[in-house]
Amino acid sequence: MPDGNNGTGIGASVKRIEDFRFLTGKGHYTDDIDRPGQSYAYILRSPHAHAKITSIDTSAAKAASGVLAVFTGEDMQVGSLPCGWQVHSKDGTPMHEPGHPPLAQGKVRYVGDQVAVVIADTYAQAKDAAEMIEVGYEILPSAATMDAALTDKSLVHDEIGTNLCFDWEIGDEAEVDAAIAKAAHVTKIDLVNNRLVPNAMEPRAAVGEFDPATGEYTLYTTSQNPHVIRLLMGAFVLSIPEHKLRVVAPDVGGGFGSKIYHYAEEAIVTWAAPKVGRPIKWVAERAESFISDAHGRDNISHAELALDKDGKFLALKVQTKANMGAYLSTFAPCVPTYLSATLLAGTYTTPVIHANVKAIFTNTVPVDAYRGAGRPEATYLLERIVDQAARETGIDKVEIRRRNFIPADAFPYQTPVALQYDSGDYEATLSSATKIADVDGFAARKAEAASRGKLRGMGFSTYLEACGIAPSAVVGSLGARAGLYESAEVRVHPTGSVTVFTGTHSHGQGHETTFAQLVSDRLGLPLENIEISHGDTNKVQFGMGTYGSRSLAVGGEALIRAVDKIIDKAKKIAAHVLEASAEDIEFKDGNFTVAGTDRSMAFGDVALTAYVPHNFPHDELEPGLDEKAFYDPANFTYPGGCHICEVEIDPDTGTVEVVNFTAVDDIGRVINPMIVEGQVHGGVAQGIGQALLENAVYDESGQLVTGSFMDYTMPRADNLPSFNVATQSTLCTHNTLGVKGVGEVGAIGSPPAVINAVIDALWDKGVRDISMPATPEKIWSALQAAE
Amino acid sequence: MDMSGEYLVPAPRQKVWEALNDPEVLKQCIPGCEEVNRTSDTGFDAKVAAKVGPVKARFAGAVTLSDIDPPNGYTISGEGKGGAAGFAKGGAKVALEDADGGTMLKYEVNAQVGGKLAQIGARLIDSTAKKMANDFFKTFSEVVGEGSEAPAAEASAPVTADHGKDKDMTKDGIPAENEYHGLHWTAALTTVVAIGSLIWFAMTALSF
Repeated sequence: MPDGNNGTGIGASVKRIEDFRFLTGKGHYTDDIDRPGQSYAYILRSPHAHAKITSIDTSAAKAASGVLAVFTGEDMQVGSLPCGWQVHSKDGTPMHEPGHPPLAQGKVRYVGDQVAVVIADTYAQAKDAAEMIEVGYEILPSAATMDAALTDKSLVHDEIGTNLCFDWEIGDEAEVDAAIAKAAHVTKIDLVNNRLVPNAMEPRAAVGEFDPATGEYTLYTTSQNPHVIRLLMGAFVLSIPEHKLRVVAPDVGGGFGSKIYHYAEEAIVTWAAPKVGRPIKWVAERAESFISDAHGRDNISHAELALDKDGKFLALKVQTKANMGAYLSTFAPCVPTYLSATLLAGTYTTPVIHANVKAIFTNTVPVDAYRGAGRPEATYLLERIVDQAARETGIDKVEIRRRNFIPADAFPYQTPVALQYDSGDYEATLSSATKIADVDGFAARKAEAASRGKLRGMGFSTYLEACGIAPSAVVGSLGARAGLYESAEVRVHPTGSVTVFTGTHSHGQGHETTFAQLVSDRLGLPLENIEISHGDTNKVQFGMGTYGSRSLAVGGEALIRAVDKIIDKAKKIAAHVLEASAEDIEFKDGNFTVAGTDRSMAFGDVALTAYVPHNFPHDELEPGLDEKAFYDPANFTYPGGCHICEVEIDPDTGTVEVVNFTAVDDIGRVINPMIVEGQVHGGVAQGIGQALLENAVYDESGQLVTGSFMDYTMPRADNLPSFNVATQSTLCTHNTLGVKGVGEVGAIGSPPAVINAVIDALWDKGVRDISMPATPEKIWSALQAAE
Repeated sequence: MDMSGEYLVPAPRQKVWEALNDPEVLKQCIPGCEEVNRTSDTGFDAKVAAKVGPVKARFAGAVTLSDIDPPNGYTISGEGKGGAAGFAKGGAKVALEDADGGTMLKYEVNAQVGGKLAQIGARLIDSTAKKMANDFFKTFSEVVGEGSEAPAAEASAPVTADHGKDKDMTKDGIPAENEYHGLHWTAALTTVVAIGSLIWFAMTALSF
């Protein structure tokens, strides 16, 4: 593979092309879209976690100033918001899949559930009118927690008769139990993976429009995957054929998973647009985002790790309760199961593993994938229990990891939980990280901190993730109702500039730069001649979007395949013009040359020949230079690495300061090191946020009591150290780029490193466990209790 | 939210009782009170508007009285709906006792907030409600007091109290002469708690 092209190819830290418009306020987000005659929607949401709707009186609202229409669930009789992944219980029965109406049908099931929509000339009018809607509620007892829900005393969905959505397992339980029974030591741990609110900087928004002349609907929406929204909303909710439905996801200001899903508001504005005869815009207020964006994580697990006398892992047994919230969000069922339990081997040779996952409905906001999606949960559990095992057996926490690593020469490596890792070198990332983090100097730093009255601790996480989601045949066999390939089209224009249409979607990751670098590298073109287009179903042929760190490993690979088709065809055109055989044409630095001669043609000349085909191999080729490719990966990709966190705790206040954070990640080939570094920074910041600060809390009646930034603590710059980030890569063996993906590694690897560091700092004081988020109050209380 | 407190009103017990039952007095003491309606012998509703900066909402409160024992006390239960801002519901137990310098009014409130009030202001409902209750009593004392300013006992809040929530709200056994005529002050308190919550919500909304 060529290295760099005038400093713009693979491996170059090119400044992000898109940042100019983002940083100068020229981005074009959904809320920036104003259609002629546009009206505004306000969604009236349930203030109750669980209630029967006994009456809705909309007459005053309908008569209010500027109001065009008010609709309730009775008016909006459409299909159910679909779930995209079906999981089966261990007894073979399919998961319970209750209906998920865009507007509540007789019952509300969480605080934030949509009850009615008011459409008016202005947003303020819609909001004021919503105050006039009189809703009669008969308040029902709520199942606010998973434990409360499991008693089935209060059913979230009466028709299914239980709050247990499914009871799934993977692995051989009998084998695992036998191994645990014979083990020299068994480490047991109980963990909570705290519930998170995604909080993208740009709140969700949607603009629905209908053109009566063509019968075409257009939805502008804050989505990570517009084609998926078109498919789900068109086919399952509103019955609009895809050729009459255009979905556009323009600039999107952060997603982190929360903008994967098909949400009710998208269907509501699209459905209502022809009824009011005007385009309709809805934009979430921040407080609304807290109770309507799918939340993340929210698992409770018990795990047991069996070890032999030498500290080798013999077996792992995990029982998890996973909160689904009140309805199944688009990909909710796969998160605690196929995206989590399959990761429980991690970087270790544990021969047998069994995991049982009970997915539970509660009267809370639906829960779905959030940066890392299942893999942070698995990693947190595994890296916590490994640390715990090291302490219990007296083996050094680095040494116990080394003893159990899958060796670098053991790839491809088949785990006992379905996945086959293609490549990796965990010793290499660990060694590199321990050097960068100066692990040897820790004792001196700890002593120095102690002299200042501070408790210093160091924590490790040698994590692994499966991403590049995903091989369609594999995920199809596991219940996915979609194929997870990706598509790309490379359209060469007559004068040689290029537009690339990709089915992935960038919402801050820098695809416009990374993908342009791939094309620049391959075609020898300057970046300014390359445009990356995404996010419009009327422009891009098809796409599955961006999540699971898939854009480069799947979308980039599709793009490379389309570029290679362009090169193949261009060689034939050049061969014809240069009167040579296509096999003799070499393509280098943007020129097609007959091997061993000085007869040459620039890329632009070939492009012009393709569109002005006066001298063209018509018997062999069609004019034009425009190629498409679909790529379905053979396997997931497996980034991994080592995160080392160092904290200082003030025992008087319980405050944790992250004083050092080192991340050495194996993400395969690096296209743009600067973008990679930025992705790791963002992911680690989110991981530290989960570990120390963020927590979504419901009271026992199902009210979200952390519904603003006053109570829900987001990480800020002063909570974070200057990160030490490096890569130490092995190449992915099943894509030509050798790339693995970087979007989620930071959020996956970091939380256990932080908590392990906190526990390390507190260990000598007698504290044995701290749950996330490790708030000052929690740490102070633990210190007092331990004394 | 649980809150209890006591307040010395510089007036005789019978006069305090009557004032608490006088809709006009209460309307005067509840900021933004627009409307008070009697819905039954023991039920009332009220509309109260609150506005802070650009944020405005109207609470519709409905209350029911029980255990009425004039001029000694009673129990109230009710709900205040603030539309999109959420709701407050709960109960209060009230007792009047003779005291030096007037009448000691003791109250125990148990309330639950929901919707935006819980989402945004749950953490500060207690202190806001306490402040609002004090403000209400201050005005009330001025209106009812016999010209002399009596020192006010501080409301002690919040405390853990089990009263109110599980109280039997039945009005069985109330003698006919004890039938209640007028708006009970606790209706105002419930509304005041709701307004206090709302104001806090509004201030939070402004700061973000």
